[in-house]
Amino acid sequence: MAFVQNVPFFSIMLSMFSGIVSSVLPGKAAKRLNTAVILMIGTASAWLLAWLMQTGGSYTFMMGHFPAPWGNEIRAGALEAGMALFFCIIMLLSLLGGRKKLFDEVELTKHNIYYILTDLLLSSLLALVYTNDLFTAYVFVEINTIAACGLIMIRQNGRTIEAAVRYMIMSLLGSGLLLMGICMLYDLTGHLLMSNIKESVTSIMAAGTYQIPLTITIGLVTVGLAIKSALFPFHAWLPDAYGYSTVSSAAMLSSLVSKGYIFLLIKIFYRVVGFDIICESKIPNVLFLFGLCGMVFGSISAIWEKDIRRMIAFSSVAQIGYIYMGFGLGTTEGMVASIFHILSHAATKSLLFVAAIGLTDVSAGSRSFFNLTGSAYRNKVAGVGFAVGAMSMVGIPLFSGFVSKLLFAEAAVLHPTHKMMPTLIVLAVSTILNAIYFMKTVVRIYVPEKPELELEMGYFRVQAGQQRLYTFTIILFIIINLVLGMMSEPILNIIETGLVHFT
Amino acid sequence: MSRKISEEEYKRQRLVRMKRWLSGEKDLYLDNMEVIPYGEYKPDKKQIKRYAHDLDEMMTRTYDTEHNRVYRFFQRFYKMAAILCCIALIFILIVEVSYLPPVGSASNPASNEVAAKYIEDGLQDTGAVNIVTGMILDYRAFDTFGESNVLFIATCTVLILMRNDKKKGKGSAEDEERRDSFYEPKKDAILQMGARILVPVIMLFGIYIILNGHLSPGGGFSGGAIIGAGLILYLNAFGFEKTERFFTEKTYKVISFGALLFYCLAKSYSFYTGAHHLESGIPLGTPGAIISSGLILPLNICVGLVVACTMYAFFALFRKGGF
Repeated sequence: MAFVQNVPFFSIMLSMFSGIVSSVLPGKAAKRLNTAVILMIGTASAWLLAWLMQTGGSYTFMMGHFPAPWGNEIRAGALEAGMALFFCIIMLLSLLGGRKKLFDEVELTKHNIYYILTDLLLSSLLALVYTNDLFTAYVFVEINTIAACGLIMIRQNGRTIEAAVRYMIMSLLGSGLLLMGICMLYDLTGHLLMSNIKESVTSIMAAGTYQIPLTITIGLVTVGLAIKSALFPFHAWLPDAYGYSTVSSAAMLSSLVSKGYIFLLIKIFYRVVGFDIICESKIPNVLFLFGLCGMVFGSISAIWEKDIRRMIAFSSVAQIGYIYMGFGLGTTEGMVASIFHILSHAATKSLLFVAAIGLTDVSAGSRSFFNLTGSAYRNKVAGVGFAVGAMSMVGIPLFSGFVSKLLFAEAAVLHPTHKMMPTLIVLAVSTILNAIYFMKTVVRIYVPEKPELELEMGYFRVQAGQQRLYTFTIILFIIINLVLGMMSEPILNIIETGLVHFT
Repeated sequence: MSRKISEEEYKRQRLVRMKRWLSGEKDLYLDNMEVIPYGEYKPDKKQIKRYAHDLDEMMTRTYDTEHNRVYRFFQRFYKMAAILCCIALIFILIVEVSYLPPVGSASNPASNEVAAKYIEDGLQDTGAVNIVTGMILDYRAFDTFGESNVLFIATCTVLILMRNDKKKGKGSAEDEERRDSFYEPKKDAILQMGARILVPVIMLFGIYIILNGHLSPGGGFSGGAIIGAGLILYLNAFGFEKTERFFTEKTYKVISFGALLFYCLAKSYSFYTGAHHLESGIPLGTPGAIISSGLILPLNICVGLVVACTMYAFFALFRKGGF
């Protein structure tokens, strides 16, 4: 066994270790440890990814002295390693971008708890990415949920507490459905290990016994994870949770937490049930329908919204709709497009959140759309960041959003059945709606405000030199966005080879 | 021949005290128990006005209920939709359950080689007589590590929500505790007597369950919960000044940090050697002895400590916002 194959195990254990150690460290040391750990795990994941792309294939790693159906097991392939690397990058950038704001919004004595939460969040994301066992996945889903609740309410005001309560109720409903699904799957197949469940599921489908309960079970698991990742009719918790929490939390919640659940769902589709069986059942059709609804209604809600943070949050609903729409197509092309959109949305949405906070800060803290007039001149870096993010979300070439929209359109055209027309039409409608609210905001922030009004309202200007860390973060975000947009070929290559070895 | 005793000594005799207590002459609660009597209820006009104002503010400004169409729509249909959703879910689940394999049948898919190996080789592989403990702390130790981290992170979130960092003055932790005796009397003689008898037994029982976890039913989670309950009972009877002599936030931090760190390092070692097919070098011992089954006993102790601390911490945080 090559030493590099230890990376998944080390990265999960290292992040949990750092979470535990942070509990006795003061806030500053916890922050440094957190940054160091994320950097280490990111580098290690990049190494693993390079190794896996060279050798190809995937491998399993035994967690303990007992082989798989009895003990725990994790499994790594190109897709998993790539996801781990990407999650690390986005988490690091989100934390860097919101570091200054964290001091304003969170009590100083509770900073180390914030870093415990992020460490454990990272460990749970890594475990969700690498695990090959359904029950392990459930345990880490729990950690993920509780960490997300903590991240929302660590900024203590009425709205965040309410948002956290809402999030918890919806999320626990999702967890409950997922747990019920896992229990019933165990009852039907007698296994918790993903590859063994798949064998049993194939034989159940061939034999024709237990077909009805199996379909219901898959439905329960899918609905559970859809609730947790805020698919359209279950998105009521989302705007408050993303809109009022501190900015690093909002960026991480939108770009990592929900994506972790979506990745688990992909895993269940491919590795637990089998993609062919999923496509034969009617479940993708339901996801397709709700995905389409989400794409339209999320954007409409965003157009109505006057609060910029909540507007970005509602835009997430639309983007999650895109991802589920790709699942709903039920083809490999659709899946590749969805996975690419996970990356593109994560990179762009965290950029938007971080940029928006820079804009609201120079507008006397007001988040109202009208008070942001001219704010891009007051904080130039944030203005550029927001404009790039908005263009990427709308789907303008050179940026990542364009590639994912192109992939969705291609997948729709290649689709054999009747799903082509609705996909293309809704894609077009949703793009226009996206353009309405994002371009409206970009125009608004680039319209100069009268200087006397600026004085009167207490607006001020910030130079790039005064906020070096923030500028650096925004530049990195923009670079990632451009890389995803202009050099999508190697990334698509990783996703495609990863999906081949995923099953 | 009876001895003549002084009146003071006479009064101290158990039988006499009992008689006085029965006749109502002496009230055990007097001079002893701290209880703040309920005064006549006087509505605080200022407070009520503030609440009303808050509610009004929330309804009109935050949610803008008059103009919020979505809110009004949900107000109207919420209850009906909730009931319909629940009925639909119940129906779906009943349909599903009716199709599931019968309970306890030998031909069920769940009775396969996985369960068979746990039962047949469990003792030999893990050295634990109690198969369940062997399963959760050796075969599937990774899941259990995750589970103890769930407890850890849950305490962290409660700390965020409840920890009162204000040191002095109104609203500080001390003040909160003083106000607590509005609702619960302190130094309750009966409770103290009961706790004096029960707490040692409960503690010992909890320790027994943890230490014997690999031999008999029980283990870290259940034993830790029992110890936590004992600590909570002790706290209720004797108050914070007594418990803080041996259990403060620092103790909590040290214990949970030490236990989780040991768990993390020990299991990392075991996972690493397992994955590389190396000998871990941890002897399993003779099955049935207290010191046997390798890492299971120390891990059980760690889990027990974490659970006990978590339970106590929850209670203390809810009661006064600190330890």
